[in-house]
Amino acid sequence: MSEGYTPEMLDLIKRVEESRPQRLSESRAGKAFPAMSMDARDVVLNAFHPDYTEEGRRALGIGPNKDEVYPEELIDLLESRSILEAVKPDLSTPGYETDVLVIGGGGGGSAAALSAAGEGLNVIMATKLRHGDSNTVMAEGGIQGADQEPDSPYFHYLDVIGGGHFTNERSLVAAMTNDAPVIIEWLESLGMMFDKHPDGRMKARHGGGTSRKRMHSAGDMTGAEIMRVLRDETRDRKDKIKILEFSPAIELLMDENGRCAGAVLNNMETGAYYTVKAKTTIIATGGTGRLHYRGFACTNHYGATGDGLVMAYRAGAKLGYMDSVQYHPTGTAYPEQNVGLLVTEKVRGLGGQLLNIDGEQFVFPLEPRDVESAAIIRECVGNGKGVKTPTGRLGVWLDSPLIDELHGPGTVQRELPAKYIQFKRFGIDIAKVPMLVYPTLHYQNGGIAINDQSETTIPGLYAAGETTGGVHGHNRLMGNSLLDILVFGRRAGQAAATAIAGGAEPGTASLDHLVEYGKTLSDAGLDRGAVSPMILPNYATDEIRSRRWDVKSPTV
Amino acid sequence: MTKCTEDNKPIMVGDRTIPPPDARYITISIMGQPYEVPETLTILKAMEFVGYQFKRGCGCRGGICGACGTFYRIDGDHTLKTGLACQTVVEPGMILAQVPFFPSNRASDLDLESKMPADQQIATMYPEIFRCVGCGTCTRTCPMDIDVMGYIAYFKRGDIKGGAEKSFDCIMCGLCAARCPANISQFNVAMTARRIASAKLTPKSGVTAARAEQVRSGRYEPMLAELCEMSGEDLKKLYVEREREPDLAKPGEWMPEDQTHL
Repeated sequence: MSEGYTPEMLDLIKRVEESRPQRLSESRAGKAFPAMSMDARDVVLNAFHPDYTEEGRRALGIGPNKDEVYPEELIDLLESRSILEAVKPDLSTPGYETDVLVIGGGGGGSAAALSAAGEGLNVIMATKLRHGDSNTVMAEGGIQGADQEPDSPYFHYLDVIGGGHFTNERSLVAAMTNDAPVIIEWLESLGMMFDKHPDGRMKARHGGGTSRKRMHSAGDMTGAEIMRVLRDETRDRKDKIKILEFSPAIELLMDENGRCAGAVLNNMETGAYYTVKAKTTIIATGGTGRLHYRGFACTNHYGATGDGLVMAYRAGAKLGYMDSVQYHPTGTAYPEQNVGLLVTEKVRGLGGQLLNIDGEQFVFPLEPRDVESAAIIRECVGNGKGVKTPTGRLGVWLDSPLIDELHGPGTVQRELPAKYIQFKRFGIDIAKVPMLVYPTLHYQNGGIAINDQSETTIPGLYAAGETTGGVHGHNRLMGNSLLDILVFGRRAGQAAATAIAGGAEPGTASLDHLVEYGKTLSDAGLDRGAVSPMILPNYATDEIRSRRWDVKSPTV
Repeated sequence: MTKCTEDNKPIMVGDRTIPPPDARYITISIMGQPYEVPETLTILKAMEFVGYQFKRGCGCRGGICGACGTFYRIDGDHTLKTGLACQTVVEPGMILAQVPFFPSNRASDLDLESKMPADQQIATMYPEIFRCVGCGTCTRTCPMDIDVMGYIAYFKRGDIKGGAEKSFDCIMCGLCAARCPANISQFNVAMTARRIASAKLTPKSGVTAARAEQVRSGRYEPMLAELCEMSGEDLKKLYVEREREPDLAKPGEWMPEDQTHL
């Protein structure tokens, strides 16, 4: 089935088919396209990776990270006033009081809630959309953990820090790699359906930049499986965990001593706000793909608008590594309906190769992601050897049929069921014909700075997962984000328990910090009249937008 | 991408739809209201194109989260069809309504330590599965093409692992439950069954348990502390010189030369 491709594209696919027998025999003989030297990596990154060029970036004019250069779309949100300055909520009687407020209902938030509940604490989990709506569900390929015999956290650490160009926060890398085997065991105990050998041993594979096979998976929907198991477990703890859906946090509450005291939530369906007074607050709001830096398509969930970053920054939390964004090498470039969606790295882990318009390999398939992305952009934009789609997008082939040739018929459908269905809907059988891919905005490497106990620079405020920065340095390897959210989510829950056991108790909650932030913004001449956080993306046409009553804050 | 030639520049519009000038438009009906939308859009993008800003009914936008289950008919055809709004392309005469939430029955007394046999556990938690009349509407409704009636049949005859595996692709959108004449919430039964099958009917990973125990004993903390203290140059050297497990090595067979840090 290949009617999903145009006749012109099918003609080009013939070149892929012509070079396949030769590539197949080379793969079988263990002969791979040569990997780049460290110097060659630098060359391609400097010339073609969007993080390394000046365009679309500017210096931040306010707050603890003033003068650092970030993508403009993010700066626009940080250089905005709070929605709540105009609302002036009544803080005298809190709507809810709790031990732990978890902001965000993805994998990190759920792990934090379960861990805090496990310590006997009362938890409120406030989430913008449904519980589980997150980038967690979209992580396909796997979760790393050094549990196999030839491996250990030591080698996992080396892979993480090398992949991150040696810029990672080392204490965070140590925490993550050391906890990993325990996390895998925990997920197994909760009844997660891992890919296993008949004797119960986890199937473990390589990913980009790994020295040992430590990628654990559940088909090609590892994140979705983790999320539905954690969500189910969280629902079973309703004695301790109260879930508020469609109720994003808008701003943090702070007490007179600069300690976080909870947050103001907005019920998006009724429009009413609620205050939550909390002894400890954990931000797990995820990434920023929906800001669409430089117009890139993204692999992210609808809610990935960086709300947690914005409210934490207004409250004075320090950010780190915010200049670093991950472009996933293989986002879908065709069909148009799937553009930007992730094609898991597992395709290349299983032996799939990247090919240019002539059906030739041009890069080792498992370079670190930033290098792989830059190499694809170079092949398309620099060398003019990309394939152009009917709508003018560019891409390179990802030869998935090679996987069935290497591992036997049916492998693609068995190992990549979600991807198989997703393409089949549009008339493309990825076991028979290759996919067309191009780098897509995937992951925020930077975020709120934390230590190895998930503590931010604000007392009483913790953070976990994609909203934080440091553990992956300037580049994250596949399979370490699902790990990151669970390690630091659980550590945040435990750190909150330790703080509460030590008598943590915020004073009088206020929103004075917002007024101060707004004033600083005005004094610096940066007040453009915009408000944030964004909460929801807006994909209406310009024509519709121009006819809306309130184009500034359509949601809140 | 400073090196782009005008000719080779990829279109960068994030997720907004900018139809080409010669795009053809078709009429669809969103909950009874007609709108003109460019053909080839998904239902989700068509709704955004006309001005909807989703709160409910939109999630991952990639067919895996179950937020955007949608029922539709094509004008003049009696058949009721289903799809995910993010994965279904609009058709002329489409009349659609999203079902972003459907009330379901979820048993909350799952005990993974229970000594009760797996099939009895499912039968106790969800006795309504035995009311299944075998009509097959759930299977025809499933936007993930799962044989829903088939997995319920597995559960009824006690094959919990078989049914769990058959249900693996479930995204829990709830459309099966919306159509079931026997009032079964199939997707919740399957969720419970997958957890029971994985925790109780699948052998545990001994290698993982052994390594987790080594971690808890503190074995790796000194090694990791050593790496944290090391100079950047020494760390780079270790990184570059590390051995790579061969791709085709069988599980547990290959061992590195350096075994001092295992």
